[in-house]
Amino acid sequence: MSNVFTLLVAREARLLFRRPAELANPLVFFAIVIALFPLAVGPESQLLQTLSPGLIWVAALLAVLLSLDGMFRSDFEDGSLEQWVLSSHPLALLVLAKVLAHWLFSGLALVLLAPLLALMLGLPGHCIPVLLMTLLLGTPVLSLLGAVGAALTVGLKRGGLLLALLILPLYIPVLILGSGALQASLQGLPVVGYLLWMASLAALAVTLTPFATAAGLAISVGE
Amino acid sequence: MSFASFSEFLAMGHHGLYVWTAYGISLAVLALNVALPLLSRRRYLQEEARRLRRESQK
Amino acid sequence: MNWTWFHKWGSPKWFYQISGRWLPWLSAAAVLLIATGVVWGLAFAPPDYQQGNSFRIIYIHVPAAMLAQSCYVLLAVAGLVGLVWKMKIADVALQSAAPIGAWMTAIALLTGAIWGKPTWGSWWVWDARLTSMLILLFLYFGVIALGNAISNRDSAAKACAVLALVGVVNIPIIKYSVEWWNTLHQGATFKITERPAMPAEMWLPLLLMVLGFYCFFGAVLLMRMRLEVLKREARASWVKEEVAKQIEQGGVR
Repeated sequence: MSNVFTLLVAREARLLFRRPAELANPLVFFAIVIALFPLAVGPESQLLQTLSPGLIWVAALLAVLLSLDGMFRSDFEDGSLEQWVLSSHPLALLVLAKVLAHWLFSGLALVLLAPLLALMLGLPGHCIPVLLMTLLLGTPVLSLLGAVGAALTVGLKRGGLLLALLILPLYIPVLILGSGALQASLQGLPVVGYLLWMASLAALAVTLTPFATAAGLAISVGE
Repeated sequence: MSFASFSEFLAMGHHGLYVWTAYGISLAVLALNVALPLLSRRRYLQEEARRLRRESQK
Repeated sequence: MNWTWFHKWGSPKWFYQISGRWLPWLSAAAVLLIATGVVWGLAFAPPDYQQGNSFRIIYIHVPAAMLAQSCYVLLAVAGLVGLVWKMKIADVALQSAAPIGAWMTAIALLTGAIWGKPTWGSWWVWDARLTSMLILLFLYFGVIALGNAISNRDSAAKACAVLALVGVVNIPIIKYSVEWWNTLHQGATFKITERPAMPAEMWLPLLLMVLGFYCFFGAVLLMRMRLEVLKREARASWVKEEVAKQIEQGGVR
């Protein structure tokens, strides 16, 4: 069982590295969105610093959303999804492997890029560990929840915009907790409570969403 | 009755505009919700009637 | 326990007949309750000592908001029944209820905004309740859009069911996080509905309106579902007879 899991993660890794552009696009998008805000609201550093927690999280949300559309697309088109649904292994487990691989190569890269952009927005250095922690706990939730929407829309011709409509409302708790933690650390307040809440959200998402994603995939494949 | 006259009732103590627009919009939406299924039922029956007539002519 | 009552719901014909018997009673109850509630609430209930007469918006705002929330729960329950027991009527209920729920959410938001102007001095404040209602509206839009986007009827119903279930698990989390966010950002705001002990002549019309809205919802839902059943079962002989009868009676050409 765990053998299948590791094999699947390795396969995903190989596939993703063959198409580096798909990995890079969300990251570039993330950087561009962050760069747009100073141009829109002005270069005043005080204002940017107060806005930065929200800006970083909104940009991260949108970047993850952008990467979701392709999550199951190629597997759907070449028929491997059908094999998954028919295989004797529990579909939820396969989904979990898939999402883990997706997060390892798109979410984690986002986490690593974020501190650089945060410093450019004027977020003080002592907030960077908090930023990393919230992103590490939050982006897996975004990937897991997003997988549900991606699974439901994978069979549709123009699923991208619909996916955003389905998933963005569900992202709100992560957005609130993530930017709230950053804001608290900006003001020198304790952040442990936020991190614990985010951790429990992550635990909930890991245990529940694979089943919903599996159901969604079965529906999309069965159509 | 908490109003002395009809004009007082309409004025709602300076809040007439708010109260009446809220009620007006809501009742309109309720009416719309009744009208939509009625209209689509009518449209469906019309389609079916046309289809039945076509088939009987054949 | 006797489960025959549950299995009966599997028969579209039985549903069509029984709902035809319920519909007139539900509609009459809805009209009666809402009419009484509106007149009582607008003309006879005493004005609020703080907000004056603008508080009368409560008699549509609160019932609509309650209905909007319970309608989403209904979507999830119908989705569960449809997924687990493959009951067609649950699929029909899910997709017929979603637009009504969205309309109710819209009423709650609009009346909330109109009420906000005299009470808070602005049309929109990022109050926890209003914000969660706005998110609920987005959740409804998601279900409706997904149902419209998938062309296969059964897949559409199943996909909507999964989405509604995911949404219903998320709603409490969203609600708590929004409330928390709200207390962080602007402190305690003036709450619309939480007030110590409303007198009976104030909450009785509210009760009537809530009941009336639920009856209204039931009636409109049945109307939508009955039409959908006729469309889906168009090949069955009882539906052909029923449609022919309706065309005859309605004088439709």
